[in-house]
Amino acid sequence: MAGPDNIIQVRNLRNQFGSQVIHDQLALDVRQGEVLGVVGGSGTGKSVLLRTIVGLKRPDAGMVRVFGQDVSSLKGDARKAVEQRWGVAFQDGALFSALTVAQNVQVPMREHLNLPQDLMDELAAEKIAMVGLPPSAGPKHPSELSGGMRKRAALARALALDPEIVFLDEPTAGLDPIGAADYDTLIRQLKDALGLTVFMVTHDLDSLYAICDRVAVLAEQRVMVIGPISEVSTHSNAWIQEYFQGPRSRAAAGAVARASGS
Amino acid sequence: MSEQIAQFETRETAEGGQIVLSGPWTVRHVGVQDGALRSVATSVSKTPRHMQGQVLIDLSGVTALDTAGAWMVHRTQRDLEDAGAEVLVAGASETQAELIALARESDQPCDVEPEQRHVFEALAERMGRSVVALWSELVAMLNMLGLVLVVIGQVIVRPRTLRLTSVVSHMERVGLDAVPIVALLTFLIGAVLAQQGASQLALFGAEVFTVNLVSISILRELGVLITAIIVAGRSGSAFTAEIGSMKVREEIDAMRTLGMDPIAVLVAPRVIALVLMLPVLTFIADIMGLIGGGAVSYFMLDISPQTYLQRVDAAVASSTFFVGLIKAPFLAMAIAVIGCLEGMRVTGSAESVGERTTSSVVKAIFTVIVLDALFAMFFTAVGY
Repeated sequence: MAGPDNIIQVRNLRNQFGSQVIHDQLALDVRQGEVLGVVGGSGTGKSVLLRTIVGLKRPDAGMVRVFGQDVSSLKGDARKAVEQRWGVAFQDGALFSALTVAQNVQVPMREHLNLPQDLMDELAAEKIAMVGLPPSAGPKHPSELSGGMRKRAALARALALDPEIVFLDEPTAGLDPIGAADYDTLIRQLKDALGLTVFMVTHDLDSLYAICDRVAVLAEQRVMVIGPISEVSTHSNAWIQEYFQGPRSRAAAGAVARASGS
Repeated sequence: MSEQIAQFETRETAEGGQIVLSGPWTVRHVGVQDGALRSVATSVSKTPRHMQGQVLIDLSGVTALDTAGAWMVHRTQRDLEDAGAEVLVAGASETQAELIALARESDQPCDVEPEQRHVFEALAERMGRSVVALWSELVAMLNMLGLVLVVIGQVIVRPRTLRLTSVVSHMERVGLDAVPIVALLTFLIGAVLAQQGASQLALFGAEVFTVNLVSISILRELGVLITAIIVAGRSGSAFTAEIGSMKVREEIDAMRTLGMDPIAVLVAPRVIALVLMLPVLTFIADIMGLIGGGAVSYFMLDISPQTYLQRVDAAVASSTFFVGLIKAPFLAMAIAVIGCLEGMRVTGSAESVGERTTSSVVKAIFTVIVLDALFAMFFTAVGY
């Protein structure tokens, strides 16, 4: 199963805070070029899983491999090299508040590459336009932006080095439906054009139906089920049934069916 | 395989020219070619004639293309077209063509920094802003003071409206918890004052007046001043941070929508607690300062505790003690009002909480010292 196609491999992962076990014997594969949606109830450790994969939290046991390399054991330059190949957009943006949006986008370029300033300015402008922000957002500080714009700016920063994997933490939470749908389209477009692999923690059923190739459900400290949404949604677990067969989910599924029917 | 680099060359053809790109054109590799490629396209006067007819940008040798490379291809095409050439992009795979299309859609220049003004203009603006800010700050402070006094007036008329639990809890935090630090610092200051005073006064054989020096300066000025400064740093900043983070989380707004007055709930208990506790702390500070002075007198000047107390009694009128103590409630009022006001002025971000806390401490200490100076002038004028 662990072929070269799996860009992220998680095995026997255990995470705990004190005596509270978040993950136990968790296994997860993310395939190259897919959009994976991770869902689960509150407190099932979706964000912790994301933080563990990108190396912000050391696993208490088990192994996390990204690009075939064990993330937690990497040091120095090897780690930097891996970090340049992924981008992370945090839930509330986590933009550097002392810098403008355009400067935020340039941070990874400035830090890791040696590009002429003119080109960096142009590339920052390109990224800002790509994520659907108006040019007036470039010279603004993060505190002057709305929550939705901050999320887009965070995505622009995550895309600055043209990463192979993008991690998104609740990318559409707090966006209006039109903004959320635009964001979904954007992710899909970028995925198709850049061959991105997307690891997305989300509760947005519309996103799950519209852009996720596969969905992983976290429950009982592990990945309970993973697969295309059509398979996952018919799983017999009570929580999954309630999640995917509730009125909101049916509406989202119906919308996708209508869109593909017309 | 050797390390690949992004390369391009220009050729002349019958129809016009060709730009042939090869190697990986990704964000990691394009930096070195940026200037060269840009000069091919933009310096119109120097643009070779063959770049003004029909130009073919050939991507068939490109091994990798990302958004940065696609941007440069698009930019070259755009600039050449602006210079009057007819540009075709050939040899791009489907995804590469898509990337270039994406770059074209994203051609939307934006500023990196907010516009910079001329230095004198900026200087004048800053000065004007700070003058206006100074005035509005004074007004805001008086406003807050008024609101607090109204609440305290209500409490006096109807004592039931006092939030007793909150007041007592704040009294513990600003008063009781501050006792060790206030006691230690004023003890040391009393000791240092006595030691320095003794060594100077010994020059003309007046060591015994060390007691007068210590007791008068501690009781009249230093006891209350040191205490107020410690409390401003300790509790004024805490008030700002507490109220400020509540403001960030919209708790203050929530309170208003629930029909609670934040001044009555948050500000008044803090002000009342501090106004009650600062005189107590000042009293402790006075005693500890005298003990510090006494200790040095005993060890350095061989003045026994009994003699020390007699000398203090002779040097100090009861008014000296009360002149120091009477200042405490006023300084407390200033510290608490500034702390709470700065907390209320926090906006959205975590950064703003830090900014406001700093400014709260600075302003509180400044105000404490100014008020103390005004009191000194007043007491001198009335001959106290």
